[in-house]
Amino acid sequence: MKELIKELTEAFGPSGNEDAVREIIKKHVAEHVDEVRVDPLGNLITLKKGKPKSGVQSRKIMLAAHMDEIGVIISYVDDKGFLRFTRVGGVFPLTLLGSRVVFADGSTGVIGREKPEKRDEFPRMDKMYIDVGAVDKEHLNRKVGDVAAFVRPFVDLGQRLTAKAFDDRIGCAILLQTALELKTTPHDVYFVFTVQEEVGLRGALTSAFGVEPDVAIAVDVTLTGDTPEAHPMAVSLGAGPAIKVKDRGMLAHSGVKNWMANTAERLGVPYQFEVLEGGTTDAMAIQTSRAGVAAGVLSIPCRYVHSPSEMVDYDDVQNAVKLLVGLLSGPVDLG
Amino acid sequence: MQIKEFLKKLSEASGVSGYEASVRELVREEFSQYADEIQVDTMGSLIALKRGEAKDDLPRRSIMLAGHMDEIGLLVTKLEKGFLRFATVGGFDLRVLLAQQVVVHGRRDLPGIIATRPPHVLTREDREQVVPLDKLFIDVGLPEDELSQWVRVGDVITIRRQFTELAGDLVSGKAFDDRAAVACIGHCLQHLTTLKHAWDVYAVATVQEEVGLKGALTSTFGIAPDIGIAIDVGHGNMLGVSEMDTVKVGGGPAIGFGPNIHPLMYSRLVETAKSYEIAHQTDPIPGRSGTDAWAMQVTREGIPTALISIPLRYMHTSVETLSLKDLERIGRLLALFIANLEEAFAEELGLKKAHT
Amino acid sequence: MLLKELSEAFGVSGHEDAVRQLILDAIKDRVDEYNVDALGNLIALKRGTGPSQHKVMVAAHMDEVGLMILHIEKEGSLRFHPVGGIDPRVLLAKKVLIGDDKVPGVIGMKPIHLLEPKERQRVVKDQELHIDIGTSSKEETEKLVKIGDYAAFDISFRELGGELRTVKGKAFDDRVGCAVLVELLRTSYPVDLYAAFTVQEEVGLRGARVAAYSIAPDLAFALEGTICDDLPKKRDISPTTKLGAGPAITIMDRSVIADRRLVQLLVDTAEKNGIPYQFKQPGLGGTDAGAIHLSREGVPSVVVSVPARYIHSPACLLSLNDFDNTVRLMRESLAKVNELDLSR
Repeated sequence: MKELIKELTEAFGPSGNEDAVREIIKKHVAEHVDEVRVDPLGNLITLKKGKPKSGVQSRKIMLAAHMDEIGVIISYVDDKGFLRFTRVGGVFPLTLLGSRVVFADGSTGVIGREKPEKRDEFPRMDKMYIDVGAVDKEHLNRKVGDVAAFVRPFVDLGQRLTAKAFDDRIGCAILLQTALELKTTPHDVYFVFTVQEEVGLRGALTSAFGVEPDVAIAVDVTLTGDTPEAHPMAVSLGAGPAIKVKDRGMLAHSGVKNWMANTAERLGVPYQFEVLEGGTTDAMAIQTSRAGVAAGVLSIPCRYVHSPSEMVDYDDVQNAVKLLVGLLSGPVDLG
Repeated sequence: MQIKEFLKKLSEASGVSGYEASVRELVREEFSQYADEIQVDTMGSLIALKRGEAKDDLPRRSIMLAGHMDEIGLLVTKLEKGFLRFATVGGFDLRVLLAQQVVVHGRRDLPGIIATRPPHVLTREDREQVVPLDKLFIDVGLPEDELSQWVRVGDVITIRRQFTELAGDLVSGKAFDDRAAVACIGHCLQHLTTLKHAWDVYAVATVQEEVGLKGALTSTFGIAPDIGIAIDVGHGNMLGVSEMDTVKVGGGPAIGFGPNIHPLMYSRLVETAKSYEIAHQTDPIPGRSGTDAWAMQVTREGIPTALISIPLRYMHTSVETLSLKDLERIGRLLALFIANLEEAFAEELGLKKAHT
Repeated sequence: MLLKELSEAFGVSGHEDAVRQLILDAIKDRVDEYNVDALGNLIALKRGTGPSQHKVMVAAHMDEVGLMILHIEKEGSLRFHPVGGIDPRVLLAKKVLIGDDKVPGVIGMKPIHLLEPKERQRVVKDQELHIDIGTSSKEETEKLVKIGDYAAFDISFRELGGELRTVKGKAFDDRVGCAVLVELLRTSYPVDLYAAFTVQEEVGLRGARVAAYSIAPDLAFALEGTICDDLPKKRDISPTTKLGAGPAITIMDRSVIADRRLVQLLVDTAEKNGIPYQFKQPGLGGTDAGAIHLSREGVPSVVVSVPARYIHSPACLLSLNDFDNTVRLMRESLAKVNELDLSR
């Protein structure tokens, strides 16, 4: 699975530019599902049809992971060919200093900064620029609106992995692995790879409307409280995938939450409960689609979210797959 | 049930957003006496249908009434050395949290206190600062190992508060926002049993309003009513707050006006109040109303929506205060409004032809 | 000129009636069908000349930012809140018209002579301001104005001329979009065109949301009057858009990432027909496209704007050259939109 994770995290895909990621996923998912389509916003919607099983109520289940990552977009080209930019999604200026970015065509730029007025001035994005090494404006092949992503290779640290865009390519990888390992299911399972999550859960909103699921689980990363002097939070790397209770955008459906926890107990998969005070996931948009969807979230604990070097635990990833396969193989019990 | 008894029951029940089940059962019990059908939707909103007596040849129209039954509350985020750290659900004012008595709804209900360090051990600076959320703890008096048997991350916590009758017809308690509206809707249904009405009435106790109007969004989509009225609380007059930002407690229903409200719904409500001599007031709302009406109005192809506010003091504290007389007036106004709905009004609103 | 009439009409969010009436009169004979929905959106259909491959929605919002009267003081003056995003710095010493009877009033304030030096540097918040309509008691005011009345700026439209053919007036955000859309309805296109004149954009894209739901289009264009910050500045930074440089195409703003195929259609059309165009600075502002593109299963959308200086203030300024070029760009693009392949 690590090869797949490497391929996915290293792909280019800031919000609205998910094409490359979508192609990779299409390639891997095709033989494990019955239907594949792309909707008007670019969401990749795939269906694995259920085989009715006596005594089990068949449900329409949507699993969602987002393909997009945060990035930057050129907002102005100055007279000397330096590029001003703004964020696509939640980019922190601090993580930009010293970074390299790459455009869709593979060309690279480095981030520079104006002279700070004070030595300890907090870095501001409007005082930074991208330098693509253009000698002057005439020799520049970039324009306003071009989008770039962080450059950072995947590294296998053994138990733990680091890369850019674990948020949420790790979710994409988990969905793909689940589709591969799920031999048979009584439910119609939609594996949905969404777009534009980082700019406001936009792909989830429209794909949920199209899929019309009964039950949905978003698979995304969450923060942890296990690093030096971290904000208090009872989630740690390696303690199992986290079952969301609440985040800033939603309260998980308590039935879905309990269904996940009970299944984990039954399978002996370690898990933890998560209350996240900032941030939200695709499940927020899915939950209020049409007349409402029973929606929950399975989170992968992740350090340094929205920086170019995010970190996850490989056991958490594998346990998430195990739990999802277990959930989809049996009846949905929402209490 | 009398409006006061129903409100007392509702107020003292616990039903933090997302965990409204026990309040829902109280509402079901009361509404089922007047309704023809009751159902609970995916998100947990309770939908009671009281059928209208439409003449056979006329199309069937419907009105939705919405009041939310969830309340703001707290959630356990972490167990730490025998104490509980917590987060808020909905817009809590951190200043009111200190020294409150709470109930932690773990594997069993545990009474607790929001821990406060005595002023003696604080510096002057500390005393003048509101304690931030990440410095607050809950103490349920159990040792560390016993605590973890009963409480887990994600358990719900509510403020403990009994319903109190004040002088006059004012009452005080928690979660009047917006259980008082549910009580008004109950009163309306009760009143409607004595009146004839042509339109179907969907009386809805919505969920998760405090965390983003979610129950209203989804229940309105599911019901797809012709028109809707949300009932919520509005800031009542109180010392230290400008008259321009409040409505009068005891002044009757505050009928909303502004972008969120269809002008014909507003004027029809005002006319009804006038012709039945129900005291009322206008509540101008220049933009986002922050109520279920905000979600209702833009559901599907758009729904003509009105908003009635219950004048209420000290919102989002455990001593919310209102006038029972206002509640009765709102219940009555709603019932009379509904009893007078006819096809001509639908045409005036430009509603599409309904199916017969 | 229709733009003049539209600019001078009253249409604060939630009370767009007068603007809607003007538009309806102008388009009635140019469209095949129209209706007004539950929120007040005016939706008109102009059928295509041939087999329509796509159902196209073009939206412009009728509402403008303004004020709402909340309270009448004992002395007769009015307290208000803004409707939509108004910068409180621009309110001082402006003329307004209140209610359907257009009662004139002025936003008065303490004169400079009576100010402490510190007060002179401080921005006055809207809660501290009041409107004076010349009355001296609450009773007298109540005969003219009621709580909940809307008020709009009292500014007349004028042509300033010059090479850019500039004009000034209020509410170019988005009456200029409305004027462009009315203009577009003069011609027929190969596709079925749904013209949506929307309400309540300034309070949260609310009209567009329900209009898009009922139209259920295959693709959409939003027409806007957008930020133009091209005053001289010390630093070499973006003007957002530039006056006179042609229609501004949005690639990304706070509410939408434009569909790249539609951006390409506009760029190709402009280049082929020699129409000037510019890209709006990404990341700023939000438009009806933000609501439309999220409707139902998603709608590929793009925004085309006429640059307008000083939007959300009483007096804005735009170039009629930009206006004409926006009409041209849209007209030529709509003629080609049938050829667009929207499959992926």
